[in-house]
Amino acid sequence: MKGIKIVVLAKQVPDTRNVGPDAMKADGTVNRSALPAIFNPEDLNALEQALRIKEQYEGTTVTVLTMGPGRAAEIIREGLYRGADDGVLLTDRAFAGSDTLATSYALTLAIRRLEPDLVLGGRQAIDGDTAQVGPQVAEKLGWPQVTYAEEMHFENDKLVVRRRLERGVETVSAPLPLVVTVNGTAPACRYRHARLVMKYKYARTDTELQAENADYIATSRPLMPITEWGTEAVGADPEQLGLSGSPTKVKKIDNVILQSKQAKQLTSSDRDIEALVKELFESHTIG
Amino acid sequence: MNSLFVFCELDEGKPVDVSLELLTKGRSLANALGCRLEAVVLGSGIEGIEKELFPYGTDVVHLADDPVLEHYRTMPYTSVITGLFRQEQPQIALMGATTTGRDLGPRVSSALHSGLTADCTALEIGDHYDRKTDTTYKNLLYQIRPAFGGNIIATIINPDHRPQMATVREGVMKKEIVNRNYRGELKKINVSDFIKPEDLTVEIIERHMEARRVDIKSAQIIVSGGYGMGSRENFNMLYDLASVLGGEVAASRAAVDAGFAGHERQVGQTGVTVRPKLYIACGISGQIQHTAGMSQSGKIIAINNDAMAPINSLADYVINGDVADIIPKLIKHYKANAR
Repeated sequence: MKGIKIVVLAKQVPDTRNVGPDAMKADGTVNRSALPAIFNPEDLNALEQALRIKEQYEGTTVTVLTMGPGRAAEIIREGLYRGADDGVLLTDRAFAGSDTLATSYALTLAIRRLEPDLVLGGRQAIDGDTAQVGPQVAEKLGWPQVTYAEEMHFENDKLVVRRRLERGVETVSAPLPLVVTVNGTAPACRYRHARLVMKYKYARTDTELQAENADYIATSRPLMPITEWGTEAVGADPEQLGLSGSPTKVKKIDNVILQSKQAKQLTSSDRDIEALVKELFESHTIG
Repeated sequence: MNSLFVFCELDEGKPVDVSLELLTKGRSLANALGCRLEAVVLGSGIEGIEKELFPYGTDVVHLADDPVLEHYRTMPYTSVITGLFRQEQPQIALMGATTTGRDLGPRVSSALHSGLTADCTALEIGDHYDRKTDTTYKNLLYQIRPAFGGNIIATIINPDHRPQMATVREGVMKKEIVNRNYRGELKKINVSDFIKPEDLTVEIIERHMEARRVDIKSAQIIVSGGYGMGSRENFNMLYDLASVLGGEVAASRAAVDAGFAGHERQVGQTGVTVRPKLYIACGISGQIQHTAGMSQSGKIIAINNDAMAPINSLADYVINGDVADIIPKLIKHYKANAR
């Protein structure tokens, strides 16, 4: 089989998994800017699948596509360090405030311009947990989708994918072009490769170059450009982006502040534990 | 008045619990709106299934019965549902946040350009005033869900697009028969009106479904472990305590992610919602992601060595100390005091 053109959808997300005390503000709410920005974990699982296909089929290319603010270029560099060929940062003020549907509209336009055979992405991002963007992109492309993938390989021209469902596994066979979302149960992504880190250390978007001392970087290293696309580059209708292009609106956000019940405080002493067990028996909670 | 639709998912020919829970919730929302509750069911050889849905107060059951619909597949199901929704113009459409609902929902919302909110923990009807356009929207669906890793609770609305779509996890809503003799109307969907040959290009080669092994939802006593259990070995102590107490073992998302337990035991927004008589939270910090799925437990015991853990503020009893030291003591004193 000839090489395959793969686009990996990746998102830079705040690491919501371990919200420590230093990320809490005085009023008990989360200080989002204090959370580290990371490569969405399941998008890394997707990248690994893409790199495995690349190893198997000569001529395969892997492009990391991400939508976000300028700093999301970090995600593309991270992808390059692990073996991706290039990356596109979809960034524009007009994208800000997009819900999943407006996001999938913008991503779809970028994917059409890249013309891949296969789009891989994580099942869901940890900041929203919606799992909606993959299927919404597939629908807009008019392509079939396979979700919850944990293993995949080609048989003839079809991709055979094992899906992890809540009560078991299902294996499907699907033709290209195709969108596949990858589960966290798929193999973890390989680490950065030292040679690639050296090669792509100075990969920059135009905006980053303008902000940094571009002359210094350009003269000291071969410059690796990262493609940066805005609304015009993908031909997006601004009305379908951002808040105005999002059917869902946030009416209200409540910060979670836990109200204290009057809990009985106990130690791990035998006396305390025995008293607790007796109390639970008496109230018929146990026994 | 446009109807409220519930997508009813089948498992081996039986409606799954979450669909019946959504019919129950849908009935009360439909009453508040003064509209009809309609269900849509797809499958193969499912004649008569409507009789299982009417008792929940379902006014109309749309039935698509065709061999190509035997097992869920994205494209044919999407085509039937979007086709039906284009015809019927529901104002609200609800689905279970199962692997099926989370595959189908976004696809349908993308095709119809309607907003979808995943994993809602509450659904309410309410109004909305938009200052910018000076417009008041009456009777919108408030889609309420934790976000941002559970650190905020967001209320989402879809003012301008229909249907207003939401998915809900199993166990979040209560399942209740309205009237055993409730009579609704059956409407058969002509599948060939909606399905195109290119919808069938993805083929199922093999399926391995296991019987539901673990049922934490119906357990009266739950011993639940979090990332603070530290290791799989420590986590396994919870099975000893659960077996002595006659309960089940559950886990927080962090513990599942760490590989201490399988996803079928996960309690919380992206897991199962439980309401046991007793919930023992061991080494669980208590992010909303988790507490959304257990805060309605009868009694809560929190065991951890972090006096500031959020779970402590929900608990009736807080035992401060090393879980690995406390669990054997609980077992010992239970055995000594059991009659």
